[in-house]
Amino acid sequence: MINPFRPVGRGTLGAFETVGAITLFAATGVGRGLRGPWYPRQFLRMLVEIGYYSLPVVGLTAIFTGMVLALQSYTGFSRFEAQSAIPTIVVISMTRELGPVLAGLMVAGRVGASMAAELGTMRVTEQIDALSTLSTDPFRYLVFPRILAGLVCLPFLVLVADIIGVMGGLLVGAYKLGFPAGEWIQSTLDYLQPEDVTSGLVKAGVFGFIITLMGCYQGYNSGRGAQGVGTATTQAVVAASIMILVSNYVVTEIFFSR
Amino acid sequence: MTVKIAVRGLEKAFGPKRVLQGVDLDVPEKQSTVIIGGSGTGKSVLLKCIIGLITPDGGSIRIDGREMVGASDDERRAVQGRIGMLFQGAALFDSLPVWENVAFGLLAEKRLGRHEAREEAVRVMRSVGLAADVADRYPAETSGGMQKRIGLARAIATKPEIIFFDEPTTGLDPIMADVINDLVRACVRDLGATAVSISHDMASVRKIADRVALIHEGRIRWEGPASSIDASGNAYVDQFIHGRAEGPIRVGQVA
Ligand SMILES: Nc1ncnc2c1ncn2[C@@H]1O[C@H](COP(=O)(O)OP(=O)(O)O)[C@@H](O)[C@H]1O
Ligand SMILES: [Mg+2]
Repeated sequence: MINPFRPVGRGTLGAFETVGAITLFAATGVGRGLRGPWYPRQFLRMLVEIGYYSLPVVGLTAIFTGMVLALQSYTGFSRFEAQSAIPTIVVISMTRELGPVLAGLMVAGRVGASMAAELGTMRVTEQIDALSTLSTDPFRYLVFPRILAGLVCLPFLVLVADIIGVMGGLLVGAYKLGFPAGEWIQSTLDYLQPEDVTSGLVKAGVFGFIITLMGCYQGYNSGRGAQGVGTATTQAVVAASIMILVSNYVVTEIFFSR
Repeated sequence: MTVKIAVRGLEKAFGPKRVLQGVDLDVPEKQSTVIIGGSGTGKSVLLKCIIGLITPDGGSIRIDGREMVGASDDERRAVQGRIGMLFQGAALFDSLPVWENVAFGLLAEKRLGRHEAREEAVRVMRSVGLAADVADRYPAETSGGMQKRIGLARAIATKPEIIFFDEPTTGLDPIMADVINDLVRACVRDLGATAVSISHDMASVRKIADRVALIHEGRIRWEGPASSIDASGNAYVDQFIHGRAEGPIRVGQVA
């Protein structure tokens, strides 16, 4: 109470402790997972869960983002007769930034939450304990397939988001702004660099790792009872979202400074 | 009598709460030991320490003479492979159909292919009185009594040497409870397993126990053959078996 720095110090120590615990968790999950035995059924189930069932949400996000991008850049760029840059603006914003970040955030909400809830429930109902008594390592059986699926699915989802986003822009460009569709597509492709897409896909991989890691970490370490699972779910989504935004800057910086 | 599991001075605290405060217990081989005691006295924690799911703060656990406290992950996994456990809440995997739950250990140890594992699962299910048509249901679609039996089938499917039953009859009607009691007995008699059970239910204790241990406030207060519980002369045991509120076990003292 007397020392005002005490809560700050304690908070900082707590934060370091959490970062350490998450790092150890990730290292254990990946390290043991790589050494096998592997569980392809679990992996396939997660591919469907993350990759396939996220398509609607990611697609909807992407198409409206592409549409609004076209509309907004028109409002801005027509002021100095730069309308011809709009298709390029749409595709670059989409592939480099908005595709990965928005898809990442949407998937964090959807998959991160359900993963934390599923593992948290398994923890609370002792299913994770039961795995160990049945000669099965929860890190290999539960954690690794999820992280791997996140790593694979997010780049795929972002690629889909890129394409749909560009199509959304094209829709608005052609039907509302009166661009000839052929010209729009031409200038989209003309100025697009491979790195625009690959940097976005690398981000997506990082986000996929973060989302599934946080979902697993929070669920695996869930507190007791329904309240514990609720807290785990919220924290998985909040932590993953913040880490996505931070790592987004870091990855951009790395690509930018090359 | 050979001692299968020897626990000495086992301690475990959760924060300020000292749950186990020096537990000493010998579990004889191929017999049925039942641990009794009030709710929240650390019976489940004790079993989980022995099976390696909880790391104790101190003390020693020897299984077949091999020290488990501080053992490596690989050593612990090797021992876990020889222990089966029926959890208090059954702990069935709700994303898997019943037969896959039962066959889980067999599949994990790659002893059988999926097809044979399924046949074996149905056979084990039948031995605990579950009809074959339950096999393809999901755990959520079965009743509480069935879930206990599925959990039991899963625990014995790999024919473990040691089986832990955490409150096998709690929450079941008396008839179903008696069916489960018979199954627990059969595990010891037919499989030659060493059984450690937790129970509150004295009828069940009398039926399944060769030996009884009473735990209270983190220590074993009495241990002896099941036949002598009525003449134990131990105040804890007398209070427990007669279900009296008066005595050394005071309600509200724990918690
Ligand atoms: N993982 C845990 N974290 C914190 N406290 C726990 C944990 N597991 C058990 N406890 C506490 O230890 C005590 C004993 O629990 P338990 O062994 O489940 O009791 P019981 O004898 O009814 O099986 C309880 O008070 C419980 O709240
Ligand atoms: Mg218990």
